[in-house]
Amino acid sequence: MSAALWLRTIVGLVALLALLAGVTLFGVWWERKFIGHLQRRRGPLHHGWHGLLQLPADMIKMIAKEDTVPTAADSLLFQFGPVAAIVPAYAALAALTFAPGIALIDMQHGLLYVFAWETMLPLAFALIGWSCANKFTLIGGLRAAAQLISYEIPMLLAALGVVLTAQSMNLTTIINAQTGWWYVFKQPLGFVIFSVAMLAEMNRSPFDLPEAESELVAGYMTEYSGMKFGFVQLAEYSVLLVGSYLIAALFLGGWNMPFLPASWLWLALKIVLLMTSTMWFRGTFPRLRVDTLTQMSWKWLLPAALVNIMLVAALALWLGPKVY
Amino acid sequence: MVNFPRSEATGGTETLLLNVGPQHPSTHGVLHFMLEMAGETVVTAKPVIGYLHRGIEKLAENRTWQQVIVLTDRQDYVAQFSNEWAYCRAVERLAGIELPERAEWLRTLMGELNRITSHLIWYAGVTMDIGTLGTPFIYAWETRERIFDFFEAVTGARMMPNWMRIGGVRTDIDPALLADLRTFLERDFPKECDTYEALLTGNEIVVSRMKGVGVYTAEECVHLGITGPFLRASGLARDLRRDAPYGAYAKLDFEVCTDPVGDSLARCRVRLRELRESARMCIQLIDGMPEGDIAVKVPKALKPPAGDCYVRTESPRGELGVFVASDGTTRPYRYRVRSPIFYGLSAMPRLLPGHLLADMLVIFGGIDTSMGEIDR
Repeated sequence: MSAALWLRTIVGLVALLALLAGVTLFGVWWERKFIGHLQRRRGPLHHGWHGLLQLPADMIKMIAKEDTVPTAADSLLFQFGPVAAIVPAYAALAALTFAPGIALIDMQHGLLYVFAWETMLPLAFALIGWSCANKFTLIGGLRAAAQLISYEIPMLLAALGVVLTAQSMNLTTIINAQTGWWYVFKQPLGFVIFSVAMLAEMNRSPFDLPEAESELVAGYMTEYSGMKFGFVQLAEYSVLLVGSYLIAALFLGGWNMPFLPASWLWLALKIVLLMTSTMWFRGTFPRLRVDTLTQMSWKWLLPAALVNIMLVAALALWLGPKVY
Repeated sequence: MVNFPRSEATGGTETLLLNVGPQHPSTHGVLHFMLEMAGETVVTAKPVIGYLHRGIEKLAENRTWQQVIVLTDRQDYVAQFSNEWAYCRAVERLAGIELPERAEWLRTLMGELNRITSHLIWYAGVTMDIGTLGTPFIYAWETRERIFDFFEAVTGARMMPNWMRIGGVRTDIDPALLADLRTFLERDFPKECDTYEALLTGNEIVVSRMKGVGVYTAEECVHLGITGPFLRASGLARDLRRDAPYGAYAKLDFEVCTDPVGDSLARCRVRLRELRESARMCIQLIDGMPEGDIAVKVPKALKPPAGDCYVRTESPRGELGVFVASDGTTRPYRYRVRSPIFYGLSAMPRLLPGHLLADMLVIFGGIDTSMGEIDR
């Protein structure tokens, strides 16, 4: 590799890490603020302007905390758990295109690459749940595995509809194909399926079963403290970012905006709005039960996703790639 | 450590012993559940109580009759006035003390307001148990805080009022405060109730989770001595406020809320309707509040004649019974409480098996458990 490519890769990786950390910090603050206002209170206020310094304070607290390992835990796996969670979450960011030409790698099969890494996460969560030697984390980890696997299938099938129409797995091509009508108008069913399944992938309410505070204390991450907890949290927010990005890129036109010039700002705005709506759900909805959760995926979303694919394929054949 | 035998429920594999509590986010105090789980399904459930035992019944024997009132507040810290009231009524009956009309009305008003705050805590707890992030919780807390402001203005304390006295009440209520409260109950409270209903019984996910979950028939309830909203949600209209009226209840117009279904959702509906009923009763109490003394003169060294008596009241959780025995001295010989939700909790080993872990918390949170009252 040439020196320029090395430099570009390293700068890109650092930039992505900064993005992930920034999104996590902003996300935590915004979540506390937004849900606070939903609950007729004001959220963090004391440290800095409207509690903005709460985040550095939390970070210092997290880093300074004692790193405890339960006696009965499988020490090696316990230490490895956060790594197993953060690596796929971080690696998936590499293929995201944030503006025309702005991506670490503009991969030909970027979408496949992102999904491939995201699929690794349930494995990490199940691993964490198992390694802690705690019954609550075990149940949480197994719930995470069951939930993420059952929702991945309708999600991928819904994304396949977009791939069929855009005739590419490259994210830039997919977004550029939406300069006219966004795919949300062309494939509304696909959008609904993809969003619901993505919400489940994000472990967000009403699908927050793996964490289920009232039932499982904190689910699979119950035993983690300090920076280990921080890494798991980072992975969760990375999924939130990637998920919101994918909904925005696949269905909401990415950086396109009707009547206005394309800009990365639109993409950022859409991502923030999508993240905010997940927080809104979190502030409003109770949790689904584990049996209704899996039933919803296998009995409703999966058949609907199959219908969606056939519909999209038929329309694409009938109307041709220029129109649909 | 308990070793469970290989269970048929799991197809011959071992079951899992899951200790929910005493340190767990949703144990409503410090309850410990020993659950035998087959996957996520409860096979057997065993509640372990006593973590909040303070020996209130024994402590009472070393205090004068009046000094016990302060303990009754702490007995069930969610329904303070109901507990004071039950104790005071028992001692008054034992000593043959007649109360002025106004004292009875004031007590009834506070008792009903207390029912509202208690049901709001139940609401806050059950919505947390079912997995919301605390939005309905905070809404309920806000209204409760509004009523607590009133308690504070009247009694000087938000939670531990120590307000009722043997022979009456400690302080009178200012008419301006009553007018203020009436406006709140008439104008704002029904709107709040609409919100509560929309967020609980009006939510699709909640209905799907609670419908048909934890069904208990009226007959089973009667066998276990379960009373209050738990029993009324199983279709039996039994309410001491109507069946054995005390205080000012005989002069009030109110409905005993029942529901024929007997599942978790029915228990929610009954309590939510009771919120509105209680507010309606409070308005009647404020409007009809008689003038007069708030207490009769009772000797400081009260010596009820030797004997005993048992008094029943309808607390927010059901039939709260108080038994007091006197040996003719200034201290109770025996003080014993029949705490209603203890009987509700004793239904859990029969109610929970077969349900999922998530259902278990909804069922047990839905009966309005208060460990302070169970352990005493």
